[in-house]
Amino acid sequence: MTTDLGRPVPGLADPGRGRRLSGEPVLSIRDLSIVYRTLAGDVRAVDDVSLDLHPGEIVGLVGESGSGKSTLAYGATRLLRAPAVITNGSVRYAGRRLTTPTDVLQLTTDQLTKLRWREIAIVFQSAMNALNPVLSVHDQLTDVIRAHLEVSRRDATSKAAGLLDLVGIPRTRLRSYPHELSGGMRQRVMIAMALATDPEVVIMDEPTTALDVVVQREILGQILDLKDSLGFAILFITHDLSLLLELADRIAVMYAGQLMEVGTAVEIHHEPAHPYTKRLLRSFPSLRGPRRELTGIPGTPPDLLDPPPGCPFLPRCTEGTDACTKIEVRLARVRTSADPDHLTACPFVLPDPELPDSLRMSGAEPAVIAAASQPNAEELKP
Amino acid sequence: MSSQAMLESAAAVRGPLALSAEGLGKDFRLGRGQVLHAARDVSISLYRGAVVALVGESGSGKSTVARLLAGQERPTAGTIRLDDKLVHLSGRRAFRRYKSEVQLVFQDPFASLNPAHTVRYHIERPLHLHRHSLSGEQVHEQAAALMEQVRLSPADKYLTKYPHELSGGQRQRVSFARALAADPSVLLADEPVSMLDVSIRLEMLSLLDDLRTRFQLAMLYITHDIASARYFADEVLVMYAGQIVERGPAESVTQQPAHPYTQLLVSSAPDPDNLGGALRNRPKRTLSNGNEAVGASAASSPAVGCSFSQRCPFADDRCRAEAPALLQVSPSRAAACWRLDVAAPSVYAGREGGGDVTT
Repeated sequence: MTTDLGRPVPGLADPGRGRRLSGEPVLSIRDLSIVYRTLAGDVRAVDDVSLDLHPGEIVGLVGESGSGKSTLAYGATRLLRAPAVITNGSVRYAGRRLTTPTDVLQLTTDQLTKLRWREIAIVFQSAMNALNPVLSVHDQLTDVIRAHLEVSRRDATSKAAGLLDLVGIPRTRLRSYPHELSGGMRQRVMIAMALATDPEVVIMDEPTTALDVVVQREILGQILDLKDSLGFAILFITHDLSLLLELADRIAVMYAGQLMEVGTAVEIHHEPAHPYTKRLLRSFPSLRGPRRELTGIPGTPPDLLDPPPGCPFLPRCTEGTDACTKIEVRLARVRTSADPDHLTACPFVLPDPELPDSLRMSGAEPAVIAAASQPNAEELKP
Repeated sequence: MSSQAMLESAAAVRGPLALSAEGLGKDFRLGRGQVLHAARDVSISLYRGAVVALVGESGSGKSTVARLLAGQERPTAGTIRLDDKLVHLSGRRAFRRYKSEVQLVFQDPFASLNPAHTVRYHIERPLHLHRHSLSGEQVHEQAAALMEQVRLSPADKYLTKYPHELSGGQRQRVSFARALAADPSVLLADEPVSMLDVSIRLEMLSLLDDLRTRFQLAMLYITHDIASARYFADEVLVMYAGQIVERGPAESVTQQPAHPYTQLLVSSAPDPDNLGGALRNRPKRTLSNGNEAVGASAASSPAVGCSFSQRCPFADDRCRAEAPALLQVSPSRAAACWRLDVAAPSVYAGREGGGDVTT
């Protein structure tokens, strides 16, 4: 890359990235299922999803609109209202300030109020709608601070000023109202609000999607700096996989309410296992390097009111076989990967140089090692 | 501007000139004597069968240019020519005749279709308005054919639907079909895919590409995504604060950006191959005087000098005092920058005809 703006030399700047799986997860989502009760029937928006978030880690959750990625995040923090119903699962939160881990789904309303923001904060996508237009930046920030921390008015004001310093907005802006701020500044105020109470988990729902590329880049860099200095973990929701490849430690790929693949950013980029991930990777034009052939993903996601049997991606998959209609979608270890935490829901991982083409396409040999705990291992065999 | 007139467009090889604008400008009066220059001295040439991309941040004036070219707004300066005839949009008839040749596709397929009408209405109305010779039967046939062209088949299934029954991608296809119904020679697409999912964007761009070839459309593709311009366009124009700051063949502009702003745009695109290095080691920009230095809008740029000078790492006194004109650096490339010799030495060295800019 030879822009003359003095870009840093490309290379693996952070070799430790994506290797933070040691230790207890701070947030552990297990077998979470969420349905939307409609007159036409239950829409299975999130179907049996398990995902861990470790302290100081950025996990990227990527999927098309309607894939259930926001429902998953809001369900895990119990922000969903009827007709959404959590039908199964648990969300274990184990923050440093807590003596024992707690299941978010079992908390009473009062306990939940204490947990939210203090422990788990959210940055919403649309900063214009999430900020109150008739309150100044100062009032919104101190409102949050005084609701969750026992501090005096004066201390709250100085803390609010400190938060603006943190996100690079001059303190004079405390008196500003949302409409007086640019889109990027509003989003920074949202981030400052989320960090007001020093949470351990920050959920970011498309925080930069509405912003211009240059501003987006600034804010992402700032999020990384803040994460490094304050040590919170981030669940970053987006539909832009190219962004996650650069930003996230680990990436979870979601499709039709289910996880298709989980792996480190490097694995997802260089050794994608699931056909959907592979197609996603060939869906965005690259600015650098030689021009690649782009294919996109023809077709549309399935109707979650009446999902097809087997793999939900099958109708759009070019590698699918008859066997795919019979599989139960379940994450299992990628056999070809050295990393035991690289998981895929596709039992017929391609390409596998050891497998002749005829065998591969007939699905004669499952290319994953099903974990011992998974009862469907037998079903995968022919 | 003479340098622009001599420039060979990378799009010219595809076909004859269809729509051209020279020195186009649009001022908006803000009250209290203030004037916003939304577009200044913009010259664009669209050729049949070619795609010209207009790239820039929000507020840079991209959509204003599209609206000027579409006849939705009257320019305060400059001229537009269609098939080498000066365009006068006085009166309804002249406007309608112009619209039958120049069609606009909007960004938001959710807002641009009328929720109270079926798809059939959206497609058949322009057929009635612009193609009077068609009988009722032919209008139906044409509508069905157009649906097939934008790959909405079977046509009958979709023609009876209302917009809310369609996905975002399907709605945008209806918008394309509606634009094509007038049988235009020029299609202005204002961020046609930015509201769509990543997985669908590519399909839409390949559909547009297909339509461009099949109908020999002269296409203006407006986007903030310079990477998609690299793949889709023949020529790229980069817009900043209402002005075109760089233009040239898509591949060379994106791979060897000359103007400091284009360089900033290119370096801001996600870079999966660099795996966080660029994000973490980015240069820390100091925020000056309480305003984000970012923002490409004409409203936030200085009144004198180069509009990018506040954000530019190469800016000197001259940049802050005098606005640069487009300087031709190769037969098909030009950039508006005083300091090209420092900002992009390799591009500057390759320019033809010598001529020191600093004189």
